[in-house]
Amino acid sequence: MSGQVRQQIVVSGVGGQGVLFVTRLLADAAIRRGGSVLTSETHGMAQRGGVVVSHLKAGDFAGPLVRTGQADGLIVLKEENLPLHREFIKPGGWIVLNTPRPGAAEGTGGVHAVDADGRAHESGNLQAANLILLGFALARLGAADRGGRLFCSPDDIEAALTQRMGDRESALRASIAALHLGILRGKR
Amino acid sequence: MNERVLMLGNEAIARGLVESGCSVATSYPGTPASEILSSAVQWRKACGVPMHIQWAVNEKVALEIAYTASLTGLRSAVSMKQVGLNVASDPLMSAAYTGVMGGFLVISADDPGPHSSQTEQDSRLMAMMAKVPVLDPSSPAYARELVEIGYEISEIFRIPVMLRPTTRVCHACQDILPGEVRPLRREADFRKSPARWAATPAFRFELHRELAEKLAAIAAWPRTAPARLNPHAEGRRAVVASGVAAAHAGEILLESGLWDRLPIYRVVQPFPLHTAFIAHLFAAYEEILVLEETAAVIEMQLLDRRRVRGRMTGTVPEAGELLPEIVERLIAEFAGLPVKEESATAKGGGRRPTLCAGCPHRSSFYAIKKAAPKGIYPSDIGCYTLGLNLGGVDTVLCMGAAVSQAAGFYQAYRLAGKPVDIVATIGDSTFYHAGVPPLIDAVVQGARFVLVILDNSTTAMTGFQATPATGIGAANEPTGAVDMESLVRGCGVGFCKVGTPSRLPEFTGLLKEAVAFSHERGPAVVIAREPCVMDRRQSNRLPPRRKVRVNEECNGCRHCTEQFECPALVYDEGGQRIFVDTLQCTGCGVCLHVCPRSAIVEEDPGGGNP
Ligand code: SF4
Ligand code: SF4
Repeated sequence: MSGQVRQQIVVSGVGGQGVLFVTRLLADAAIRRGGSVLTSETHGMAQRGGVVVSHLKAGDFAGPLVRTGQADGLIVLKEENLPLHREFIKPGGWIVLNTPRPGAAEGTGGVHAVDADGRAHESGNLQAANLILLGFALARLGAADRGGRLFCSPDDIEAALTQRMGDRESALRASIAALHLGILRGKR
Repeated sequence: MNERVLMLGNEAIARGLVESGCSVATSYPGTPASEILSSAVQWRKACGVPMHIQWAVNEKVALEIAYTASLTGLRSAVSMKQVGLNVASDPLMSAAYTGVMGGFLVISADDPGPHSSQTEQDSRLMAMMAKVPVLDPSSPAYARELVEIGYEISEIFRIPVMLRPTTRVCHACQDILPGEVRPLRREADFRKSPARWAATPAFRFELHRELAEKLAAIAAWPRTAPARLNPHAEGRRAVVASGVAAAHAGEILLESGLWDRLPIYRVVQPFPLHTAFIAHLFAAYEEILVLEETAAVIEMQLLDRRRVRGRMTGTVPEAGELLPEIVERLIAEFAGLPVKEESATAKGGGRRPTLCAGCPHRSSFYAIKKAAPKGIYPSDIGCYTLGLNLGGVDTVLCMGAAVSQAAGFYQAYRLAGKPVDIVATIGDSTFYHAGVPPLIDAVVQGARFVLVILDNSTTAMTGFQATPATGIGAANEPTGAVDMESLVRGCGVGFCKVGTPSRLPEFTGLLKEAVAFSHERGPAVVIAREPCVMDRRQSNRLPPRRKVRVNEECNGCRHCTEQFECPALVYDEGGQRIFVDTLQCTGCGVCLHVCPRSAIVEEDPGGGNP
């Protein structure tokens, strides 16, 4: 496991947006990279439309929670959560944000923004905003082994998707399409 | 399988059960424990091992079934959330005395926070009260290992063993290398011994003495002795931690440079705490900081108030989860380091949970408020607790209490000679769990109230498990079924009618009829029957979908968002009126009856013109 990137990421949204799925794909990717991983998920009542946040720690860690001021990055599926969870970010950390007005948000305070809901709507796959945002993050931040800021690459996530959804061909195809839509948006 | 896979804590525990040859696993769903049983179903299939796996009607029944399997020599386990253990405490207390034959694990998942529970209670205290050993895992991987260790203790000492994970173990994921599944090939073989299995008080005294001896031996059992995580560190102060707090503390010591200076011990078996460990602590250290969730179980076994810091000394907060930020501050203070200002915990708040768009419970609550506007509304545990947001829920106590609280309100107001409408709500699964005895009681006492059984044919809150009425088992196998109407009538209830809540006007009429009946004749039951919109298995049973929009008549009064709160009805600040969020709308059509100005209308059903 030597040389593995040690990275802490917080994923924030509300129930029904697929926060858990994004987190688990990232966790799968960490394992594909040969490292250890710990995550913490929100289940129960909050999943009925309330605030859902998950923590991911790729690399050598013991506890599943990210402390405030320690996260390398924050993925925000619901913009209104940004003030709640911004404190997780350490100085210089990145934020990937789903917002209807990406132009206004982009650039300030390490924010990379995309209208993932809008793109999902256009593509006709309303449930796909989470994967569009993930694809965007992957492309925009780049993989650490190629000088980027994320511990994994689009290929890792695509492989994780395939493994998780391999038996449901059409759903898998739609998911990969959404991921690529995001990747396209993320490329500068 | 020889690759590490990502496992949820509950999947890891279930994996442990299958690997250790557990033959009978039972449960009643409850966050954060629910996925243990469903994962056991998955692993059973993947590994092809014979096991009986079932959801039971409640935790008491679940515990009794699993316990009895152990009397025949098989390994068994029961899982539940911490408040479920309250329900199952009666058999647990007794089972500690009578002991076990095959290994028997009681898995009780605690919820410090609390995140999805009525209380933050510590199941380890229940283990203390019952006098059974309890194991406290700090991670999913460790939880899996402790299953086998728990079975070993159980079989060596013939005692039930509790495994107590918390939310941060149950709902953490970790990369885990699955172990080998070793079938035990045992067969049921019950050896009669009435003096033990049916002990009278005289024998119970003997059993109690035997239990004390077992505990003393377990407090010396080497395999679960506390582990010193940093043997090289020296100092006069030490940290003693268990569960996830131990994981946080270890990580924080490493990152803050205290790893070489502050000895830390991880306690795996908080009760009974190892006798030699207690002696060692007091011989070696002047000050000891205890970090554990959520009660002072380890701390109260360290009987020296002058040297021990923890919850009982006010050092550690009495309520709430031991988040890593709090652990960081406690350790810094204990080690005499400056406390970082910015290590505050993340803000709470944000969007509150609400019933899903199109949830049939929303129409039930709306109808209840219409039928008994001045009523008292006792409710219960489930998604429908969220009827709180709608003003349709006044009390929530514990499973089944909606029915008894309705009776309690009735009797109290009757004494005062002040009649009051009482409309209680309870979910279908909760009704079977603990609602039947209080309904019988209400019939006997002639308590006058309406009970609305919110029957969506699933246990939605915890992940859509079957109920006793659905006729489906934990692995989707066909099972017997108990008909709800017959059960209600069998309790002696004179009014029992079924309605469809999304047909709002008719349903409100039905409720009024029930309220009128209850005024004269005792309890009336209305079964609000409509599938949960989120339950994919029932999607073909939903009433016909309708396409709705908001027209110019909307004046932004917000009646629909405040009194009805469908998340698909959104107030547009700019236009000062409501629009339908088509992403969320499920087309239940109930809002058509909710707008006082009739501004919510159906799209021309024939034309399909948007
Ligand atoms: S999951 Fe089902 S029962 Fe629960 S709030 Fe949603 S629709 Fe209602
Ligand atoms: S039809 Fe109306 S009440 Fe039903 S989900 Fe859509 S907006 Fe909500």
